Amino acid sequence: MKHLLSVDDLGSRAEIEEMLDLTESFVEVTRREIPKVPALRGRVIVSLFYEDSTRTRLSFETAAKRLSADVMTFSVSTSSVRKGESLRDTVQTIEAMGVHGIVVRHGAAGAAHRVASWSQASVINAGDGRHEHPTQALLDAFTLRTHRGPSLDGCRVAIVGDIRNSRVARSDVKIFHTLGCQLTLVGPPTLMPERLDGWPVRVAHDLDDVLADVDVVYMLRIQRERISQALFPSEREYAHRYGLNAQRMARCKPDTLVMHPGPMNRGVEISGEVADSARSLITEQVTNGVAVRMAVLWKLLGSGGPIV
Amino acid sequence: MPVRPARTNLSDSPAEPALRTRVFDAADLRRAVTRIAHEIVERNHGADDVVLVGMYTRGVALAQRIVAAIASFETVAVPLGTLDVAFYRDDIGLRPVAPLGPTEVPDISGHVVVLVDDVLFTGRTARAALDALTELGRPRAVQLAVLVDRGHRELPIRADYVGKNLPTKIAEDVRVRFAEVDGGADAVELWSSAGSTSPERAGET
Repeated sequence: MKHLLSVDDLGSRAEIEEMLDLTESFVEVTRREIPKVPALRGRVIVSLFYEDSTRTRLSFETAAKRLSADVMTFSVSTSSVRKGESLRDTVQTIEAMGVHGIVVRHGAAGAAHRVASWSQASVINAGDGRHEHPTQALLDAFTLRTHRGPSLDGCRVAIVGDIRNSRVARSDVKIFHTLGCQLTLVGPPTLMPERLDGWPVRVAHDLDDVLADVDVVYMLRIQRERISQALFPSEREYAHRYGLNAQRMARCKPDTLVMHPGPMNRGVEISGEVADSARSLITEQVTNGVAVRMAVLWKLLGSGGPIV
Repeated sequence: MPVRPARTNLSDSPAEPALRTRVFDAADLRRAVTRIAHEIVERNHGADDVVLVGMYTRGVALAQRIVAAIASFETVAVPLGTLDVAFYRDDIGLRPVAPLGPTEVPDISGHVVVLVDDVLFTGRTARAALDALTELGRPRAVQLAVLVDRGHRELPIRADYVGKNLPTKIAEDVRVRFAEVDGGADAVELWSSAGSTSPERAGET
């Protein structure tokens, strides 16, 4: 595997499960007193983030450093991008300095694919527009498996919120479906994709109808900008119709789990009480993100990676 | 001097690997394990301060057998750890490398660690294991126990406890079988690799 641009690059169900099993080795490393191995010593990894992100960028940088790779951060706000330098020139400048891996987050769908075409390095898509966020999907699948067991066959997952604008939803639908889950997308019609042909999902517009029959409720962040686009009337109404609060949790089965990619709008799509409850996997998702990204970096640059 | 015609291989494809010698059968292997267990206890003046760490995959099975052997003649249960050295190897990026099992090592600081592996060859795996151990604690000493030392060291590494010294050619293959890992009976076998069975190559190392 040379690049991770989309969940499709992870391969078949067996290959995805192999990647998730590989992640266990890295979880063990992160629990050591000295959580570092020399596996990627001498490799250079650049994180190229055109969009703000705290957790994803830090997660990748931590993962790279735990593998003893050298990490450079390209932060758009202090770069020549402000002088009008194009993405292509930026990539070629980085390339000229010698780089083995590039982690890209960009507002345009397909940006990571373009970077891969301009560079010899391995490219990881950390989010491209509304398109995909494959490492988020991996860490979500990994986290769920630690609770539900290695097989997710028949696991019923509801993804709730702004599906239309969510790259997390698109990647999660792919990975959860491949691993055997049954998927339901829930949200107001204005926040659903224009067309869902070929998506292996059911759609519901009433969250309360769905709650009693699911094993996992996956909440997406609602962006306040969507209010000004008149996609829903107000935050309060959204929270009332689609927010996961304690009363709604009481309608779920006692072992239903709660997930969220973060960052959360407490009180809007999810109440603080639910976010902090024992059934919430949210902090584990973040913790597992480092180990998952270590596994991805290892797979691309270490084990079967290009001969250096 | 008569001129000998040049020998030609009957086919261009390499010969299949073939068994040359059975070095150990199950009984030999059991005796070697018992002897190594006694030597470890003797060298360390008892088994109280010793921790055995087996390297995946067959080093773990061997370490388990040594622990069992020690328990049969000393009243000590020697702690056992398992070590995967994938992330410490020096050939990452040169060939596919994958972790083989979970690393679970008990407290080693201040103790004598005996690293256990089935075959000692170039010494690179042992070197990787030393690096791994250094990050997991500070042992008082590290010793190395192997079932077979087949020579051809590429690093200044030597074993403290050896089941069998077996000079080999580089192209040969030492195959260790443990019943619990490979099925069948325990054995240590020497196999010739592809292409090394033709007579004119017998002099190569």
